[in-house]
Parts: sequence; structure tokens; C-alpha cells
Amino acid sequence: MTGASTQVFNLTIRSAINLVLIALLMFTGCQKKSDEQKEEKQVTTIQVKGSDTLVNVAQAWAEQYKKVAPTVDVEVSGGGSGVGIAALLKGTIDIASASRNMKQEEIEAAKRNTGKDAKNFTIGYDALAVYVHKDNPMNEISLDQLAAIFSEGGETTRWSQLGVTIPGAGEDEIVRVSRQSSSGTYEFFREHVLQNKDFKLGSRDMNGSKEVVELVGNTKTAIGYSGMGYATPSVKKLSISSKAGEPACSPTVENTFSKKYALARSLHIYTMGEPTGAVKQFIDWILSVPGQKILEENGYVPATAAN
Amino acid sequence: MADAIDPATRFAKTDFVIRKERIQAISKALFLIMVVIMIIPLLSIIAYLVYHAMPSLNWEFLIEAPKKGMSEGGIWPAFVGTLYLVVISLAIAAPIGVFAAIYLNEYAKENWFNRIIHLAVINLAGVPSIVHALFGLGAFVYAAQFGYSIISASLTLAIMTLPVIIASTREALASVPASFREACWNVGATRWQTIRAIVLPNSISGILTGIILQVSRAAGETAPIMFTGAVFYKAVARGELFPYYLNEQCMALSMHLYTISTQVPNVKESIPYATAVVLLCSVLVVNASAIALRVWLRNHKKW
Amino acid sequence: MNKEVNTDIVRPKQIPRRAFAAIAGEKLIELIIRLSGVSAIIFVLAIFFFVFREALPIFFSDHFDLFKFLFNTQWYPTSAVNVRYGTFALTVGSISITFLAMLIAVPFGLGSAIYISEFCGPKQKESLKIIIELLAAIPSVVWGFIGLTVMSRMIISITGAPVGVNLLNGGIILALMSVPIIVSISEDALKAVPDSYREAALALGATRWQIVYRVLLPAAKNGLLAAVLLGVGRAVGETMAVLMATGHAVQIPHGLLDSVRTLTANIAAELGEASVGSDHYHVLFLTGVLLFLLTFAVNLTADFVIRGIRRK
Repeated sequence: MTGASTQVFNLTIRSAINLVLIALLMFTGCQKKSDEQKEEKQVTTIQVKGSDTLVNVAQAWAEQYKKVAPTVDVEVSGGGSGVGIAALLKGTIDIASASRNMKQEEIEAAKRNTGKDAKNFTIGYDALAVYVHKDNPMNEISLDQLAAIFSEGGETTRWSQLGVTIPGAGEDEIVRVSRQSSSGTYEFFREHVLQNKDFKLGSRDMNGSKEVVELVGNTKTAIGYSGMGYATPSVKKLSISSKAGEPACSPTVENTFSKKYALARSLHIYTMGEPTGAVKQFIDWILSVPGQKILEENGYVPATAAN
Repeated sequence: MADAIDPATRFAKTDFVIRKERIQAISKALFLIMVVIMIIPLLSIIAYLVYHAMPSLNWEFLIEAPKKGMSEGGIWPAFVGTLYLVVISLAIAAPIGVFAAIYLNEYAKENWFNRIIHLAVINLAGVPSIVHALFGLGAFVYAAQFGYSIISASLTLAIMTLPVIIASTREALASVPASFREACWNVGATRWQTIRAIVLPNSISGILTGIILQVSRAAGETAPIMFTGAVFYKAVARGELFPYYLNEQCMALSMHLYTISTQVPNVKESIPYATAVVLLCSVLVVNASAIALRVWLRNHKKW
Repeated sequence: MNKEVNTDIVRPKQIPRRAFAAIAGEKLIELIIRLSGVSAIIFVLAIFFFVFREALPIFFSDHFDLFKFLFNTQWYPTSAVNVRYGTFALTVGSISITFLAMLIAVPFGLGSAIYISEFCGPKQKESLKIIIELLAAIPSVVWGFIGLTVMSRMIISITGAPVGVNLLNGGIILALMSVPIIVSISEDALKAVPDSYREAALALGATRWQIVYRVLLPAAKNGLLAAVLLGVGRAVGETMAVLMATGHAVQIPHGLLDSVRTLTANIAAELGEASVGSDHYHVLFLTGVLLFLLTFAVNLTADFVIRGIRRK
């Protein structure tokens, strides 16, 4: 090994180190620069966390609100209603989105932790639709039948038990599509359909509302539940009656709003105490016409539909 | 006995040899088929992905922000987020990894303690990514109070990818002949002087290969960042270069692929495919450059 | 002046200032190097410590019973009436999918390694090795996406199964993911067999196949075993791909077309939605401890097996 080549290598190593340093400098420099810019423009970040049902709407709001108020960054994460509310109680986020009402112990915990009352805004309504494949001849189902299909110890495991033959499907066994055990949708279904009994094990527990609908759309013998906004051309929403023989109600906007549809629920966002400043403006915007229109475009029922 | 063989057939193949050779040919073909079966479907799957991604694959897709409830538009915020995570995790993992490899190759003696270090590196590489995620959540997000942030996610990624750097740096260091070091010691250089003047310059390309591999690994991981700092959506303007603060969460390409393929309704069909292709290509290009560097290095080796 | 000379004489061993700085610098850099060297141990211990720390409170919960945790099939972490934390179905899910993946990956991995190491020329060998390396680099979420879209459609159209995301899908995806590691380690193991073995066999008139079958496989069996073990380690720990490709149903599978859920996928799916400090959250960390110990054991065994060959 000659001295010259050592030198060449030394140069390589030095220039490599320099490159890294320069990159770091640029990085921190620009970081600072953007800091300054942000300070000039007074950028505020609003953190929204919670319900998976609402995450797509919240995302659409964040996207649109950036155009309305360019100095406000809205950060959206999912996780579930319970997680959002828990984070709100800890004060790590500004707004919690939830597809259920706050529980009594959560309201008390909020009071204890922060000394403030949680403020509720009802921003819209959703219907939990029961989906089957589009080739399935079934059009309506009762809550009892649903419970027999989904609950632990329920007797119904085959379509023939419901008097249904699905054209073109080799199998008769019902493929149950459910959600993972901590989502708000799962809890809502358990409370209102299964009367708080547990689900039968062995259902396909999907991670997202969309995955449920997609699996049902690909599987002729499947049945699943998901928000009404997630419908695709390859699935069908069933009408629901509270008992077999009684008139069934389909998940439409009117039926949801009037709560005639059995699986209708209200959608909420919560803040700690009365919101102020940017957060207040954001919530006002959500409840205003453009914000509600976005909610509607995502397949939910606006809170102001009656007005 | 040998006299009994007819001279004309002495060098002809016996049945035994013919059968032997047939088995040989069959076995070779069989193994070749195994290789082909392994590779062909893969190439066709990648071709399938690219084919479906075609309608969305353009420059706009890369630098545009997601639009209309993430069902249209591009992937810019996720792409930049991945860059942030990769650069920061690299800045943390590279020095520690290189120094650790120097220790293992240049300082450590064969004893029980260094044997344990060796085992620790192997196990660090073998820990499932989801356990790294749990660790990141427990240690950085909660115990160290960094919260859900880019910094927590990068630290988790850095620890996860450390073994990659250690292993390839170590290999690079070990390929420097011992005689180089001995010559340097003989002129009175200390251990560190020898490392700085002789060992590192002669293994720099190998070390760079390791670092490049770390980048490709960090860019592709999903589970460790899902619970430490990757966010579902963040409003970022089109082509904005520095959209994130280090104590905030960011979007990431791998996480984005997961969410749009499982959670977002009515996504334009080509978008998840295009996201997958962009992620796949970035990782493969980075990897290929590591391989190219290694091949170049081998061809230019002087000893 | 005089004084300085004096001290020089009194303390001849005094080190010049520049050299002193150099030595201090050297000591510092050595310290950094040594610290980095032990960092791997620190990180492994830290991983165990933090994951275990978050898991610990579950042992004091009323709903928890270690025996049931390990051997009960009922996983109802958020039940309103009767919370049950049984991970047995998940463990069986992990094991069955790993087993299936290995059933596919081991023959193909070993076969490819043998072909690459013994049957092909140097050019072909080089390009095959590069392809294998690129294969290993494909991110797991992309594999999951392939399973969710391409593979599931293929499985539905070929087998007529009602659901495409199932044990078979996950098994194939995992097999493709663990083949590269099996190939590269078994190839190393075959390369480690001394050439003199091959030459001796050739001199006796053996064909390549006979050499592989009679000489190389017995001689390299430890290395090949280690390769398989590392493949198992990779398959057990894989998360995103199985999360997206297996169908995620808590049940003990009865056939290839049943959906299953694995330990890793279960954590990934539920951790985001378990509120911090709840029993559910702690149980998920305990599953993490279980996984950590499992892969720890597999990796350790693999390393001992490899080390066994080196000694010999």
C-alpha cells in the first residue's frame, strides 16, 4: 500500500465525514429557517385523535382546512374512540373524535385530571350498516338473527339456516367479518346487537372499516358490519328490523337522523373545557356548511340535516 | 478380471455409469427448477404491481399531497416523512454501529464478555419488529417522555437497524489484512492511530455498504414506527421540503401503504399499487447501489 | 528558563503538552469505542427491561391467570361481561403458519443453495446471489400488500376458497420472505466444507449429485440446521405481512384455507387501540415478552449450532 493511495483514502473518509456534517448542518439550518418562517406566520398545530370511523372525515377536514386557514396544521391519527378520549384526558391532544358518548367514569376522570369539564360537540350521525355480497339474495335481517350469527353460543352458522341460498357459492357456511376487539364500531355492535354478550371466536377481525367491506365484496358467503359510508358497488346494505316479521328499516340518511334505523349512532368531538383560539375556529368551521358538506361527502349524516 | 473385458468396450460407459449420470442430470435440473420457481413468480408479481400502478406513476404523484380524503393525489408527505425517519435514524445508528464494529474487530479479545456482546448483536437482529415497537413505545414515548414523535420513531428504527451496520462494518474491517496493522504498529502508532490511518481508509467502502443497507431496512419498516411516531394524515403542502418538527409525528411511506390499503375507502385503484411500487423501488434502488459499491470494491481491491 | 530545564531533569518522564492532548484524545475515543461495543448488550437488556416493565402489572390483575394465558383459546380482551386473555389459539396460529412456511421454504431454500453453491458457474452464481439479496430487501408491508391483493385473488380462483386471506396465503408469503435468509446461510455452510472433501469424492468417481448427497449434506448439516432455525426466527417474528395476509381470525385452524391470527399480528392490530395502563395493554406487552423469549431461544440455538461447526 503506497502513501499516495492512503492519502486518497484519507481524502475519501474526510470528504465522507464532511458530507455528513454538511448534510446535518443543512438539515438543522433549514429546520431553523422553517422554524422562523413558522413563527412569522404563527403556525399552530391542532392534534386530532380517536375514532377510526371518523379518521377519514377528520383527514378530509384537515386537508380542506389547510386551504381555509393556511397557518393551521391539523394532525390526524386513528386509534379508536377510547384511545382518543384517554389522550384528551392526559392533555396530549387538542381534540378527541369519538363514535360513542363519553362514559361516566371518563367524564369524572376528566374533571379530576384537569379540573375542566369535557365539552361535547355532536358533529353528525352514522349508521352502522350490515353488509353482504351483492349476489346474496337476502335483503333484510333482524337483530335477533344477527345476534345468532355473531354472538358466542349463537346457533346460526350456515346460510341455509336463514333460508338463503347464495347463487354461485359452493359453500353454505357463513363467513363472519368483524372488527378488532377495541374499535368503537366493535363495541357499538356488541352493545346494540349482541346485548353485550361476546362475539363468537373465529370471525375475521379486520383492522379497518374499509377492509371489512372489501372482504365482504370478495366473498359471496360473507356478512360484516361497517360504517354506512364505506359501501362499494360489490356489496349490499341490509335493512334491519328489531324482530323477525317486523318492518325493516334501511340505513338511509332520513332513517339515521330520525333514529328509526336501529344501528344509528351520533358522532362526537370532545375538547377539554370551552375551546379557544384556533381550536374554536376549527370546530366552528366543522359545524359550518363547508365542514358539514365534507362529512356528507364521506357518507355520513350531517348534524344539521334537520335544520 | 480386467482381462475379461473386451478392449473395445473398456472405456465405454457401463449401465452403472449411465444411470449415475442420468441421476446427476436430473438432480441438476431439479435444483435449477427450484431456483426458477422461487424467482419467476416473484418477478411476475412485481411486474403485476408495476402494471397496475402505471396510471398513477408519474412525477406529480410523488410530489403531490394526498387529496379528497386520501383517495386521490400523491404521496409527498409520506415520502418526506420516510426521508426524515431514515436520515435521523441513520445519524444515530451509524456512529454507534461503526464504533461497535471497531470494538468487536479491533479491540475485543476472545473471552466470555465479548462472546456475550456477539450474542447480543445476533439477538438484536433477531428480535421481532413488533417487539421493537413495544420497546419504543415503553422506553421512548413514555419513559423518556418524547411522546409520539419523529424522534421516538427514529430512535426505535436506529436500534432496530444497528445490527445491519455492525455486521457489515465488521466484515469490512476484518477484510483488512492483519499485516497492514502490524506494519503500522511497528512504526510506533497507537491502536487508534492505526485504525484511523490504515484500517478505516481501507474499509470505507465496506462500511458505506453497511450504512446503505441500514437505509433500505429503515425505509421499509412499518411496525416499529406505527406506535411511536407515524401518523395517519398530516396536512403538508405540495412539495414542501421541511414540513415536520422533530417533536411532532410524521407520515411515512410504509405506514401510508398500510392505511390506504386497509382503511381509506374508495381509493383510486392504482394508488395503493403505485405507493407499493414507489416504496419497493426506493428500497431496491438503495440496495442495488450497495451491491454495486461492493462489486466495485471487490474489483478494485489491492491485496 | 532555568526553572523549566530543572523540572525537566527532575521529571524526565513528563510528556510534551501536544502528546498529552493526543493521548487524552485517544483515551476518549477508546472510551467511546468501548461504550459503543457494549451498547448492543445494553440495548438487548433495555428491550427486555422496558417490555417486561410494561407487562408486569398484569400479574397483579384479577382477570389474569398465567396458565390460562398460555393454554386457553379464548381471547376476549375487551369483553363487557367476561374478560379472558387466552393466547393459545394465537400461538397455534403462529406455529402453524411458521410450520407451513418452513415446509415450503426449506426444500426450496436448500435446493437453491445447493444449485448456487455446487451446480452453476461463477457468473450465474453472482447474479443469482444478487437476486436473492434483493429479494431479502423487499419490505414486509409490500409483502403484506401482495398477499392482500394478488395472492388472495389467486387463491380464491384456484382453490375456490370463500376467503383469500388465510393460512395458505400467509404461509406462502412468509416462505418467500424467509427463503433468502435460508439460501444465504446454507450457501455459507456449503462453502465452509473444505474443497479437499469434494476432491476426494471426485477422485473416487462420484458425480456432483453424489458429492452433494453423500459428502456435502452430512458435512454441512449443522450449518444447514442453523439456516433453517434462522428462517424460523424470521417467520415467527414477522408482523406486517401476516397481519395483512392471514385473515386475522382467532381460531385453531383445521385446514389450509382457514384464517388464523398470529401473536405478532395480534399485537400490531390491538396495541394502537388499547388505552395505556389498561389490562389489555399490559397483556399485549406480555405477549411481546413471550415473543422476545421465543426468538431469543431460537437465535441462541442457531448460534450455538453454527459455533459447533467452527470448533470442529
